[in-house]
Amino acid sequence: FLFRGAKEKNHLIYKPYSIIAKEPMSSRDLGAASQEFEMSDIFYFCRRGVESIMDDEVTKRFSAEELESWNLLTRSNYNFQHISLRLTVLWGLGVLVRYGFLLPLRVTLAFTGVGLLVVLTSIVGLLPSGRTKNFLSEKVHLMCYRICVRALTAIITYHNSENKPKNGGICVANHTSPIDVIILASDGCYAMVGQIHGGLMGVIQRAMVKACPHIWFERSEVKDRHLVAKRLSDHVEDKTKLPILIFPEGTCINNTSVMMFKKGSFEIGTTVYPVAIKYDPRFAEAFWNSSKYGMVNYLLRMMSSWAVVCSVWYLPPMRREEGEDAVQFANRVKAAIARQGGLVDLLWDGGLKRAKVKDTFKEEQQKLYSKMLVGAQEDRSRS
Amino acid sequence: MGSRASTLLREEEIEEIKKETGFSHSQITRLYSRFTSLDKGENGTLSREDFQRIPELAINPLGDRIINAFFPEGEDQVNFRGFMRTLAHFRPIEDNEKNKDPSGTEPLNSRTNKLLFAFRLYDLDRDDKISRDELLQVLRMMVGVNISDEQLGSIADRTIQEADQNGDNSISFNEFIKVLEKVDVEQKMSIRFLH
Repeated sequence: FLFRGAKEKNHLIYKPYSIIAKEPMSSRDLGAASQEFEMSDIFYFCRRGVESIMDDEVTKRFSAEELESWNLLTRSNYNFQHISLRLTVLWGLGVLVRYGFLLPLRVTLAFTGVGLLVVLTSIVGLLPSGRTKNFLSEKVHLMCYRICVRALTAIITYHNSENKPKNGGICVANHTSPIDVIILASDGCYAMVGQIHGGLMGVIQRAMVKACPHIWFERSEVKDRHLVAKRLSDHVEDKTKLPILIFPEGTCINNTSVMMFKKGSFEIGTTVYPVAIKYDPRFAEAFWNSSKYGMVNYLLRMMSSWAVVCSVWYLPPMRREEGEDAVQFANRVKAAIARQGGLVDLLWDGGLKRAKVKDTFKEEQQKLYSKMLVGAQEDRSRS
Repeated sequence: MGSRASTLLREEEIEEIKKETGFSHSQITRLYSRFTSLDKGENGTLSREDFQRIPELAINPLGDRIINAFFPEGEDQVNFRGFMRTLAHFRPIEDNEKNKDPSGTEPLNSRTNKLLFAFRLYDLDRDDKISRDELLQVLRMMVGVNISDEQLGSIADRTIQEADQNGDNSISFNEFIKVLEKVDVEQKMSIRFLH
């Protein structure tokens, strides 16, 4: 069964906030000894169902994780109880410092960083293609991203930099927030992939692509998987182009787990450089809950937190092996990232944040149960 | 500093729920936290959609019936009390409860009440009998499209034959209890808390 597989691998370095003990299925659970239908068979489905009502593996990934002890940020506090005067005073001071001093400073830096990015990349874009252009583009991108890192007061620890992604490869990482991009791009140069947006985002995107080849798609093109695959393949074949940065989960997850990787990037047949990013939740809640907060709101919350503390691990490169298909390869990479980051490795699709689960999963369960019954029926008719 | 629950759930309410369901204080606050996280509309009640949003429940073949068990007759919303009352059926039976005073009201998680919960999953029209049709419906939910009508029919017939004692071709609650007397209902229909 789907969720069992993920738990049994024992990757649970992240402390699982589970309130109940989910017992694994025993052979006695269904059909008793005879493997035929028994009226008690529904007990198994009942218990599983109620277990998932009390605590399930998926829905809790789409909201910020609860902290064990309060970090003086109201947003992380689910229970504003007046514990003591001293704590309230501390909190008040915290608010003053964060909103009165840190936030204005950071916002200024952010505007500077973004502004410089747009202006400088446009200028570099005027140069003819060649080594100078690439060199300058690299410098410009790095500098602007580093300013943005300061704007968030991001304290990043990079591990194993010898494994940093190289040209012609694809870098994949777990996705928690748009800030992931800034964190990775301030330590190396990547070709970004994404949909062209309107507004400020679009302006930034259009400027960036002048200086070096990023891969932006029109909204209509995003659905065309062949087109996407072709553009990515073409890009990686050109060894002068930068490694592509992709977040295969396709959506932001709350940094307690890694959810299903979409297989597209793993079909391309080039070296994959996995990267694990883990944020320290005590200093800021980095997860972007896009159904609750818009981007601007989110960024303001980030900039008024204490700091963004995170660790980045560059994992050794991986290639698809003989006899391994794209999905298996994707799962192998996902497992490596989960293990390194201390995250729970889940098979569930991050798309379940918005979409309903596909009926095929229920049909699988029904099939498994039927197999058991039919086996018994056949024995019965034979005897 | 505790979960979201405590300020929004009054102490008196927690005490009442404790008495009614037997859950401990911390279990109640944990489940209240869970209740509020499922309550997307933030109006203090859960609708069927709120349950269906749980993927593991949505893929459970009996998911819809289980969800139904939370909603009283004809209602579309369940509040926290109702939520806890239904969950209470799955509380493990503690040793000190086994020899309780028989004249008191039966606890929600007694063996009989656990069996009643399961019985009601079959008995959709609440006429206190599981008819052949009702049995077939549940069987069909569990097997999907993988077994033919005839095979399923014969499974249903055999089951009723084994259970039916008064010859009315349906299974009453007492007949249901009798068929399952050897089954470890306490273990199969209980969910253990980690804290």
